[in-house]
Amino acid sequence: MGFFNFEPATLPPEAEALRPEVRAFLAEALKDKRPVDRAWNWMGHDQDFSRKVGEQGWLGMTWPKEYGGGGRTFFERYVVMEEMLAAGAPVQAHWVADRQSGPLLLRFGTEEQRKFFLPQIISGNACFCIGMSEPDSGSDLAATRTKAEKVDGGWKVNGTKVWTSSAHLAHYMIALFRTDAEDKHGGLSQFIVDMKSPGLTVSPIINLAGNHHFNQCVFDDVFVPDDALVGKPGGGWNQVVAELAFERSGPERYLSCIQLILELLGVAAQSRDPAMVEEVGRLSAHALTLRRMSLSVAGKLQRGENPSLEASVVKDVGGVFEQSIPEIAARLVEEEPTLMGGDNFQQVLAFLTMEAPSFSLRGGTREILRGIIARGLGLR
Amino acid sequence: MSELRNILTDSVNGLFGDRVTRELLTRFDETGDDGGIWAEVEAQGLTRPLVSEENGGVGGEWRDAHVLLSAAGFHSAPVPLAETILASWLAERAGLPVPEGMATIIDGSDGSLTITGDGDSAKLSGTVARVPWASKAETAVVVAAQDGGVMVGEVRLSDARDISASQNMAREPRDDVSFDGAPLRVAHLPNDLPQDVILQYGAMVRAAQIAGAMDKVLTQTVQYANERTQFGKPLGKFQAIQQELSRMAGEAAASGVIAEAPFAALDDGQNSEWQIAAAKARTSEAAGVGATVGHQTHGAIGFTYEHSLHFATRRLWSWRSEFGGARFWSRRLGTRAVDRGVENFWADIVSG
Repeated sequence: MGFFNFEPATLPPEAEALRPEVRAFLAEALKDKRPVDRAWNWMGHDQDFSRKVGEQGWLGMTWPKEYGGGGRTFFERYVVMEEMLAAGAPVQAHWVADRQSGPLLLRFGTEEQRKFFLPQIISGNACFCIGMSEPDSGSDLAATRTKAEKVDGGWKVNGTKVWTSSAHLAHYMIALFRTDAEDKHGGLSQFIVDMKSPGLTVSPIINLAGNHHFNQCVFDDVFVPDDALVGKPGGGWNQVVAELAFERSGPERYLSCIQLILELLGVAAQSRDPAMVEEVGRLSAHALTLRRMSLSVAGKLQRGENPSLEASVVKDVGGVFEQSIPEIAARLVEEEPTLMGGDNFQQVLAFLTMEAPSFSLRGGTREILRGIIARGLGLR
Repeated sequence: MSELRNILTDSVNGLFGDRVTRELLTRFDETGDDGGIWAEVEAQGLTRPLVSEENGGVGGEWRDAHVLLSAAGFHSAPVPLAETILASWLAERAGLPVPEGMATIIDGSDGSLTITGDGDSAKLSGTVARVPWASKAETAVVVAAQDGGVMVGEVRLSDARDISASQNMAREPRDDVSFDGAPLRVAHLPNDLPQDVILQYGAMVRAAQIAGAMDKVLTQTVQYANERTQFGKPLGKFQAIQQELSRMAGEAAASGVIAEAPFAALDDGQNSEWQIAAAKARTSEAAGVGATVGHQTHGAIGFTYEHSLHFATRRLWSWRSEFGGARFWSRRLGTRAVDRGVENFWADIVSG
């Protein structure tokens, strides 16, 4: 007993009070979205939508008021996030910045960085991407090779980042560069890179579905000024570990396929097929469980505790769950998935079947997460 | 956590941790003898967490019952603690005397049990299969049909016409019981309780026991993986083992989180039916993963009677099917979902 601490968390009334407001906002903002659009879930990118969310005061909700933040609780933020995801809102343009880049700057950034970047995030104008993976450094982050060399007034960067989601749309990248070739973990540092920097070339990597989420970013003598360093030189590894705890902690880690659950429910409600009805119930039980686990992680964030271990558990269990949904839908419903034509179920099934492999890769592979959990169990 | 809950947690883990040894569980398997721990369970007031102080209980909350039931599941305690807690609670809620000694609950609300007459002349008849602990318990609190509705009754099991002993895989009594005009005390089912209260609350307590047993199997398996050496290193250092134990740990964590949910809902005055359904469906599914990974990691030694792993895994395999298995409760949840429609699905997940 006692490997994990999933303290039960209940949403306080001020958090619940936000829910009808968010639902009303989304009902209006998303009224023209088709199910297959909603299926993009948090991969959907729409900077205008993000600005509208910012106008509502729903970005940087937990950040201090002195930077324009909402000074609200993680529970209030949780309600906004889960309602956005459940409705399939296109949140990608603000998601990363709101979830991890802003908190990173609050924790490790300079006063100038906070004053400059946080208001842009809060207004929904700044899209951030994350430059961690490289051609030879996927799960093994400490193998990062993209090099930042000290030059007069800043750093000169050379190397390549890959699988960088939204790099083609982002304004800034939080990048992990090697500043010391000798020290494997202690030789990494984080920088904020302006995506318009000369020498930085972003080219698309089209996924198997023909969609463009991620990119290759080549740095060719890119100059990054001194004030772009986040935290201490050599502090990158520890900062990234803290950042990943935020990345893995949210409800997006079990709701990616909610649109397909809804479509399956629609088919089940029409057919009353017992196997489908039962499966919808089973998926509900899983969703109820994951939501409680995820809320418990929000409670940890609210108490200022480190959520890494429990967040990894939620992401692992949630990833298995969301990845199973296209399989279940394809097994139970005798309709072919369709890319062109077909009904909503068929379209959503096709889209999510092809996106699902990424669910246990992005933000830490299943194997990496289970390694973290194994460490929590005292096995490593 | 409340002070009461801390005290109960310490008492129950102290008692079962000390007394429920492999020797005791072996004797229980062979003879049904609990080695005298029931007397201590009662003496420490653990059977009445939900009974008011004036009726000899501790006047606690459902969350207090939850810690007791998780601990009973963790330690494979060979006593009807869950059944007696529910029987005592339901008797008091219905205004019946709180039973003394071991008690169980019987769901006859589907008409399998009927009550005739009222007051001192009330009689109970009918047959119910696989009643937990009936051959050991003194009293059963039943929900039985009468005049198109249901009533709560309290009956002495010595007044049953026949109790035909049977067991689950953990050798816990699961007996067929028939009544033929047995005298009983009757009361109305409180308005705020569903007719299938015994099925629902029975599922809730089993889910808590499953979550406790999942923790036990995880704990035992991690310990074994760290101790057992092969190819010159502990099993737990092999990535293949780490990956599987992590998967099992996720299932154990999920079980713990959802098993607590209906207890919290009851304390907070919220609807518990869907939390119960989710808890029993989810934990019953997880139980298979826990037992499978536990045994795979332990290898052949864990498949022997001599090793203690099976005390928890046999309970997992049994409990997942009792008071409705994963499919039963999934159907309930699914039927609600299709009845309520796509537009209410998310709102219902949020409100439980």
